[in-house]
Amino acid sequence: MEIKATKARPKNLDLTSIQLPLPGIVSILHRVSGALLFLVGIPLLLSLLQQSLQSHDTYEALVQSVQQPLVKLVLVGLIWAFWHHFCAGLRFLLLDMHRGVRIESARSSSRWVLIVSLLLTVLSGVALW
Amino acid sequence: MVNRVVVGAHYGLRDWLLQRITAVIMALYAVGFLACILPRLPLGYAGWHAWFALLPVKIMTLLFLLSLFYHAWVGVRDIFMDYIKPFGLRLVLQSGVILMLLVYALWAADILWSI
Repeated sequence: MEIKATKARPKNLDLTSIQLPLPGIVSILHRVSGALLFLVGIPLLLSLLQQSLQSHDTYEALVQSVQQPLVKLVLVGLIWAFWHHFCAGLRFLLLDMHRGVRIESARSSSRWVLIVSLLLTVLSGVALW
Repeated sequence: MVNRVVVGAHYGLRDWLLQRITAVIMALYAVGFLACILPRLPLGYAGWHAWFALLPVKIMTLLFLLSLFYHAWVGVRDIFMDYIKPFGLRLVLQSGVILMLLVYALWAADILWSI
């Protein structure tokens, strides 16, 4: 049996006039950062760990290669992905426990996730170099 | 007839829960790792190597990495279920990811136990 809508539903095909709300942005960035961490982060983490532990020479070579601008850029990107995924993940755990589910607190916590993860990225960058 | 798909979503609750449990394990490890390492800096190769040579550190690190791989599996599976509709392709991709994560797990154990 087919169910027909009795009223014509509003359509809005002008994508420039609508915007994803802040919690939606945090949510999609959680997914994007997770995909990045899986595709690049995990193999890089394992090879860095291996190089850092194998021998004195591989350790020194790693310290050298981390100073290259392109390597730095990739690492800063992944560090951001880690901290964003970390902070947004903690927020999702709290939401799962019905904490901060009201719209005002959900909006402000998603703003905090974006701010804190950027701050932690900057702090990590400063600590590393 | 119920049209079941082998790569469909009928193991939801267990994975949903494990995704969260592994997340908590990883968060605790990350905070604990930073709390242990930051006061000891700069370590140099000798200090770094000696730290990972400790059995509890090896075990906790392997536990962290295994949690990471399981967590990644659930996340990647969710992404495939949302965006990859042809289930034959999804099956191939999911099998590939499982295989890759198993290789990572063996690699991680090898890295830690060859110290």
